[in-house]
Amino acid sequence: MFNTSLKKLSGLLAGKEISSVELTQIFLKRIGELNPSLNAFITVDEGKSLAQAKAADAVIAAGKAGPVTGVPIAQKDIFCAKGWRTTCGSKMLHNFIAPYDAHVIEQFNRGGAVNLGKTNMDEFAMGSSNETSYYGKVKNPWDLNAVPGGSSGGSAAAVAARLCPAATGTDTGGSIRQPAACTGITGIKPTYGVVSRYGMIAFASSLDQGGPMARSAEDCALLLNTMAGFDLRDSTSLEREKEDYTRDLNLPLAGLKIGLPREFFAEGLSADVAKAIEEALAEYRKLGAQTVEVSLPNSKLAVPVYYVLAPAEASSNLARFDGVRYGYRAPEYGDLVDMYQKTRAQGFGAEVKRRIMIGSYVLSAGYYDAYYLKAQKLRRLIAQDFTDAFKQCDVIMGPTAPTTAFNLGEKSDDPVSMYLSDIYTIAVNLAGLPGMSVPAGFGANGRPVGLQIIGNYFSEAKMLNVAHQYQQATDWHTRMPQGI
Amino acid sequence: MQWEIVIGLETHAQLSTQSKIFSGAATAYGAAPNSQACAVDIALPGVLPVFNRVAAEKAVKFGLAVGARINRRSVFERKNYFYPDLPKGYQITQLELPIVAEGGKLRIQVGDHEKDIRITRAHMEEDAGKSLHEDFHGMTGIDLNRAGTPLVEIVTEPDLRSSAEAVAYAKALHSLVRWIGICDGNMQEGSFRCDANVSVRPKGTETLGTRCEIKNLNSFKFMEKAIDYEVRRQIEILEDGGRIVQETRLYDPDRDETRSMRSKEEANDYRYFPDPDLLPLVIDEAFLDRARASLPELPQAMRERFVSEHGLPVYDAGVLTVARELAAYFEEAVRALGGEAKLVANWLMGDLSAQLNKDGLEIGASPISAVRLAGLLKRIVDGTISGKIAKEVFAAMWAGEGEADAIIEAKGLKQVSDSGAIEKLVDEIIAANSAQVEEYRGGKEKMFGFFVGLAMKASKGKANPAQLNDILKKKLAS
Repeated sequence: MFNTSLKKLSGLLAGKEISSVELTQIFLKRIGELNPSLNAFITVDEGKSLAQAKAADAVIAAGKAGPVTGVPIAQKDIFCAKGWRTTCGSKMLHNFIAPYDAHVIEQFNRGGAVNLGKTNMDEFAMGSSNETSYYGKVKNPWDLNAVPGGSSGGSAAAVAARLCPAATGTDTGGSIRQPAACTGITGIKPTYGVVSRYGMIAFASSLDQGGPMARSAEDCALLLNTMAGFDLRDSTSLEREKEDYTRDLNLPLAGLKIGLPREFFAEGLSADVAKAIEEALAEYRKLGAQTVEVSLPNSKLAVPVYYVLAPAEASSNLARFDGVRYGYRAPEYGDLVDMYQKTRAQGFGAEVKRRIMIGSYVLSAGYYDAYYLKAQKLRRLIAQDFTDAFKQCDVIMGPTAPTTAFNLGEKSDDPVSMYLSDIYTIAVNLAGLPGMSVPAGFGANGRPVGLQIIGNYFSEAKMLNVAHQYQQATDWHTRMPQGI
Repeated sequence: MQWEIVIGLETHAQLSTQSKIFSGAATAYGAAPNSQACAVDIALPGVLPVFNRVAAEKAVKFGLAVGARINRRSVFERKNYFYPDLPKGYQITQLELPIVAEGGKLRIQVGDHEKDIRITRAHMEEDAGKSLHEDFHGMTGIDLNRAGTPLVEIVTEPDLRSSAEAVAYAKALHSLVRWIGICDGNMQEGSFRCDANVSVRPKGTETLGTRCEIKNLNSFKFMEKAIDYEVRRQIEILEDGGRIVQETRLYDPDRDETRSMRSKEEANDYRYFPDPDLLPLVIDEAFLDRARASLPELPQAMRERFVSEHGLPVYDAGVLTVARELAAYFEEAVRALGGEAKLVANWLMGDLSAQLNKDGLEIGASPISAVRLAGLLKRIVDGTISGKIAKEVFAAMWAGEGEADAIIEAKGLKQVSDSGAIEKLVDEIIAANSAQVEEYRGGKEKMFGFFVGLAMKASKGKANPAQLNDILKKKLAS
């Protein structure tokens, strides 16, 4: 049962072949068995989950079930869920019980989904390996020596290990796509503004976007139907007509034009990943698609631009964690300034502190123009590259990450090499475009490879169609890690 | 050496909106601590600001009222610093592109000269909360009710040349923001507070001296005293060969002095940048048109009209246009009375103002409406009562005894204009005071007042004064 797709589970629940309580218990049991070795969840609350499952069963019994009613979904611990501890992977919020629901959580609650627990993540979503979490490293179910990617590594590992049928993630510079690639699952980061950021603890406001992580594109489409929607409480949320993201899943791909950015297949891409991507593209050609070379000349600037803008916003977004109103406060301190300094020195981990310092620096008087303003200008150029490229193609494809999942600890002491693992994903956030990662085979070390699909603004339905057709023709997304 | 004083003012006026600038929490004053602070105001993780467009309407009204250019696209920025009553660790404000741009002017009157003060800009921002140091032995309490209250910060050019001009400007601005209904102007509650940038320079020179900023002047009296003190302090330092240090100073009204709060070197680097949670605020033509249409006649225009249309002295016109309610009261009374603007003005500036002050009432709460006052003044105009009796009637009206006519009737206050009755009264007085009559007739003309007094007393003040004078003169002469 735990290896059943969300789509199928939804049918089984509606047909009363299994109850939500039974299903929730199956996953809770599996979490109980496997989470100690994977550390994918920070908080599991059987009582709360089962109460929701019970309520969902009543809704189903009343014949009012929707597509996600009764389905257990794991929530990244960045989303505030009323009554649930919401830590954002930080000691700073180790004692924070959210008093309200994020818009995404509200949407799932409204749909009758069951919150299966809060998944582990890099502290404040800052990381590409899930090693910066205060709650310990998450292991990759494909290889316990490998990282699951980050920052949504807990969600990715949980989905890959079948601890849940699906999970939520957030993506600021690749935090849905890169862990999806590392763990052989499917994840989509929608166009900026499609999913409300209300209640999603901010890392870099102009880049953060929530999205689903599941085993297939079809399941992602179902979840996105629930997650997307205009929300007055987020001024950057886009007021658009409600879409059915499953509507185009079954369209044929004949005539599809796939753009291949020259810069994504250059130096730095490991051979085994390149080979898997070539095979995936061959599969697409078989499905009737054509490939054209395109260029994103400014994409090489994406990583440096990102590491100016994201830390700048983060340095300000994280100022609220000051020990005054909630969260961690240093147990001993002298005056006010000492309280701030000790609280933040003790409450934040090294990577978060590094980014706060970078961000404060690039915003400070005398450096603002050279760093922040310059980066904003380059950001526009990076976005313009995509606009130009989409004149020649319908979707852009390439690797999600330059390598398969690296070993735990391998890049912990080398932040720049860690940052480069997001080299293909970051530009998409800077442009505000939708991007997804789809399992596309395995690398030399037996670890999964992700194919990145980048679409034009609001082309999620198209991208899901493109991914779904590939998944109808291949079985990479059904592979399950063994021996965990 | 002769010194010239140079002052620029920054005023924080609380925009009178029902809810906060970026959240739905109420802005009412005086609620229990933290009872008007919602998730956004206390900056819970994950919450986001949503701009209250009513604040923009009010700020735009101000910009239009002073004739400033309105930025069609203005941008909210974050001003980053740590303080316990600043929940997000940054204040949302406007820096590069404020809603009200340059070009604004406000006319002030000091003595008999008028002067236009240039307004550099006005931007919207959120207020911080309040730190409470009393009642928390060794600790500080934080009340976030104020956090997120909408403010408009109005900045002048350094055009003011004395504390008197600064106060005149602050009063004119205070009057204007209330007039156009964007701020309640309550200084005790902090709805209107000023910071003054003060410097001095040798008279005749152009370069500005080093300035000090005096913070939080929450009364006109303190503003005047603080500036005067600061000017004296700076001149003393300079005349002793010293140098002014640019710094922020606080005025201590108990000791009547300003004290250093922090120097420029200690000032924060606020690391401003555009707030990514908020889109740029775009003001379209329709929005501007609505704001324009909602503006009442402005005090300066009304002041000029009171002079030209009602023939009031400039001084009276100025006093009557200090508050919109007062001006409206004046015009309504004149309309009901069918003219007699100066009489109405005298009563408003005299008896009515005195009585309102005594009872601590605003004009809007006056127990005597404009129409009722006109009813009283009408009886002066038509000779039914004298001005003096009118004061008595006014007092009775104030005490709730009814309309002017009814009171005059009930108390028998009607002026005696029957010459027969007045002659009889005068005859009796002349008969009873023969010695004084002799004195008067003997050339002591000052005695005339004595007879008027007696006659008025005998008539209980009701004798028509003009008639009484005539009759007395005639009879005493014969």
